[in-house]
Amino acid sequence: MSRPLVEVSSISRSYSMRSGMFGRSAAIHAVHGVSLTIPRGETLGLVGESGSGKSTTGRIVLGLEPPDHGEVRFDDKPMATPGTTAWRAQRAHMQMIFQDPLGALDRRLPVAAQIREPLDIHGLGTPLEREERVRELLRAVELTPAHGARYPGALSGGQRQRIVLARALATKPDFLVCDEPVSALDVSIQAQVVNLLADLQAQLALTLLFISHDLRVVRQISNVVAVMYLGRIVEIGCADDLFARPEHPYTQALVSASPAPGRRSAGRIVLAGDPPNPAARPQGCAFHPRCPRTITRCASEVPALSNVGGNRQVACHLVTGPQVETRDAA
Amino acid sequence: MAPLISIKDLSVAFHGVPVLRGVDLALHKGEALGLVGESGSGKSVTWLAALGLLPRNARVSGSVRLDSREILGAPAAELDRIRGGRVAMIFQDPASALNPVLTIRKQLCESLALHRDISGGAVKAEARRLLDLVGIPDATRRLEAYPHEFSGGQVQRIMIAMALAGNPDLLIADEPTTALDATIQAQILELLSTIRREMGMAMVLISHDLGVVAENCDRVAVMYAGRIVEEAPANQLFADPVHPYAQGLIGALPPLDGPRRRLTAIPGTVPDPASMPDGCAFAPRCALAEAPCGIVAPSLAPIAEDRAVACIRAEASRRALLGIAAE
Repeated sequence: MSRPLVEVSSISRSYSMRSGMFGRSAAIHAVHGVSLTIPRGETLGLVGESGSGKSTTGRIVLGLEPPDHGEVRFDDKPMATPGTTAWRAQRAHMQMIFQDPLGALDRRLPVAAQIREPLDIHGLGTPLEREERVRELLRAVELTPAHGARYPGALSGGQRQRIVLARALATKPDFLVCDEPVSALDVSIQAQVVNLLADLQAQLALTLLFISHDLRVVRQISNVVAVMYLGRIVEIGCADDLFARPEHPYTQALVSASPAPGRRSAGRIVLAGDPPNPAARPQGCAFHPRCPRTITRCASEVPALSNVGGNRQVACHLVTGPQVETRDAA
Repeated sequence: MAPLISIKDLSVAFHGVPVLRGVDLALHKGEALGLVGESGSGKSVTWLAALGLLPRNARVSGSVRLDSREILGAPAAELDRIRGGRVAMIFQDPASALNPVLTIRKQLCESLALHRDISGGAVKAEARRLLDLVGIPDATRRLEAYPHEFSGGQVQRIMIAMALAGNPDLLIADEPTTALDATIQAQILELLSTIRREMGMAMVLISHDLGVVAENCDRVAVMYAGRIVEEAPANQLFADPVHPYAQGLIGALPPLDGPRRRLTAIPGTVPDPASMPDGCAFAPRCALAEAPCGIVAPSLAPIAEDRAVACIRAEASRRALLGIAAE
């Protein structure tokens, strides 16, 4: 098998934050020892609540921010230093899409001009070829040239997100980081964009890092899903399998918290406590203060992400490999 | 039994553009009604209009009866007693609903003083009881805190406490958990259902999230372009949706288990309120639409004892669904 397109090895990133004007500055470990690999043409889903470090991971993977430790390799080459020519060349192969398409577009420019901009910046093709490419991209996202002449304000939310997608695809990237791309859209429009993204991925052999808090959407589009909690990956596995049989107590709570039509809330795992504050990371397993199954060891020792069989890795003292039978029936 | 609140033919127009086009709803004591629909479908406007909370430029017509008493266009003093008293509302963004420069105690006591006949120490004791009730630990000390000292989930709990200050018979919860993380959403929804059970309070849960509504409501009304298109008991609506739009909404929701299938997206977008199509507003996006759909807008008609649908192709739509299921 060929090498994966994106290889992230134990990246960490911390910020220092001051509490109040004269307060002591504290280090916030936004991302801690995260390793991921994304094979060509596949999608890795990253889920977690706010503050889990999923967006920071996405920014580091794209080279928008350097990691404090660890390394990101893209197409078997280390990420170039931001701002250099080599970095620009590399960046043309990777693009990103955010949650708020209106914020990502310039309201005073017709959208076709904005789709064209990356082609101008990276100097791709003659002006005529660029015009043709813009039309081709609009067709690819199921819009017409008439839409291209409009301003962002004259388009619906779903149409704007299509424009952002067309612009991201302009440089023919191999890799796309999507950070909550459909979270702001209505359900029926969300389905349109998710289907479109899946179609484009198949046509263009795109590799995706798909970041979202929505388990349903992530499962729909991903091959592999990683669950993050307070800067670390707590569980990673195949998309179908992971949500059907979550092993980590946090993943179990997340799956259980996802409301489903046709199910009453009976038997739901409702976690006590608030979402964690990255500035006050609990000792040991960061999840232990909210965990319904916590044991003494959890408060002192950070569980390592380890293989539990069946392509699943879990970071929990209570979940061990298939050969050791310590898992309780609950 | 007379309904607690009954809305008849409620219509709202902004600058001559109709956004709510004849809504009928009734809610009984202690009942939980879900309102789903996409942005702009009129789910929030229905209740803002019913409680007289819309700006002056809105033209509102129809009838809203609370315990058989007309409240639409009622004098301001009467509405002030109703809002926060018999009918309370909580919104999506709790942080902006609280005053950042006042302590929680000041704000809670204010609504208690307005809607209850208590004073002095009793007010403070009641404020403490309410914070306890909504699960804020260490209530005595936390009463002296400011809104920014609480997390998003806790602020929503405080909003619920303030809503409960007037002992409401009806709570309108407008996207109460949309801004919250999944595990916190589960906490807040559980809190709402516990309180509702204990106080025998009726609730309207407005949400774009079908799952949230399905799990927490007895009855669900689906809105599209300013009208109710289907109304049914929650379990029936999700097992057997009849209106093509309701079917589309449910089909567009990615499953969390079972085999992955391509999502059945509803083509097109919601029509612009300023240029509504003739006839059924959903017809341009509907796979089952026929010529008559473009002539007259269908009215909400009963199809079973407690179900109603506004679609002239309802039978065909139901057959299509059964056909798919039989495959």
